[in-house]
Amino acid sequence: MKNKILLISLILFICFCLVVLFKGLNNSNVYIPETTNKIIKEFKSRSLFSDDEISSEKILVNSDYYILNIWASWCGPCRKEHPKLMELSKNPSVKLIGINYRDNLKNAKNFVKKFGNPYSVIFVDTNGIISIELGAYGVPETIIVNKDKKIIKKFIGYLDDKSFKELNSILK
Amino acid sequence: MKILKLFIIIIILITNFTKGNSNESKDNLVNKISKNIRCLICQGQSIYDSQSDFSISMRLVIKKKLEEGLTEKEIYDFLKDKYGQWITYEPEFNKKTFILWIMPILLFIIGGAILFNRLFVKKY
Repeated sequence: MKNKILLISLILFICFCLVVLFKGLNNSNVYIPETTNKIIKEFKSRSLFSDDEISSEKILVNSDYYILNIWASWCGPCRKEHPKLMELSKNPSVKLIGINYRDNLKNAKNFVKKFGNPYSVIFVDTNGIISIELGAYGVPETIIVNKDKKIIKKFIGYLDDKSFKELNSILK
Repeated sequence: MKILKLFIIIIILITNFTKGNSNESKDNLVNKISKNIRCLICQGQSIYDSQSDFSISMRLVIKKKLEEGLTEKEIYDFLKDKYGQWITYEPEFNKKTFILWIMPILLFIIGGAILFNRLFVKKY
């Protein structure tokens, strides 16, 4: 009798572990925390095309939406999404702000000259601190911010057709 | 006069020594926190072990926050706010993680009780 109870409890315990394991396997392994509604804090840096230090507070004005795009000339997917950013820059209700992540400035300038400049301003993030403080996961990354400086949506990785469609539907 | 010179030298030495120590302790604290922060790119490593660009940037952010006067807990809270609970290797005790914390203790107690029962109680 005692052995039976022990066996049943052992089986129940194994079943419990299996249920927990399978439930865990079904969860997505992409960890994206809830970042919407967080307000962008002020950051300062020099602009790519001038030596003056600029503040985000002076840039995030007079627009319904702001798109912060973290990019680098050494990043392949950034080249892939660049035509979509060029298309986005034609939208008058949107201000595109570039954050150049840990890049060689000469290469970054050449990148923009070669593929076009969709950004109204490009912040130079030499050591990557601005990107980390924005909660970036990698390069490229696109963050949509509303006029109250609240994050509405984050796109981790390059903008593919699906995310570009989603982005445009948010901006409408 | 000699005593005054000696006194000044001792003061300078003590100041430099404590300055060096505080820098060293700051570096140690950066390392300690870095060992408990998950690398964003290579998730099997901590940012202390990883040499990826984002890990280097994150270590710089930790150093900057320490220089700004934030405590260790405040830095963890800042990073959890940006990246969520998973960013730390040591999960905090809450309703989602309580099984993780309680299970080893429960298993230890149950195992101990079984062992105690087998070894001592049955003999008498």
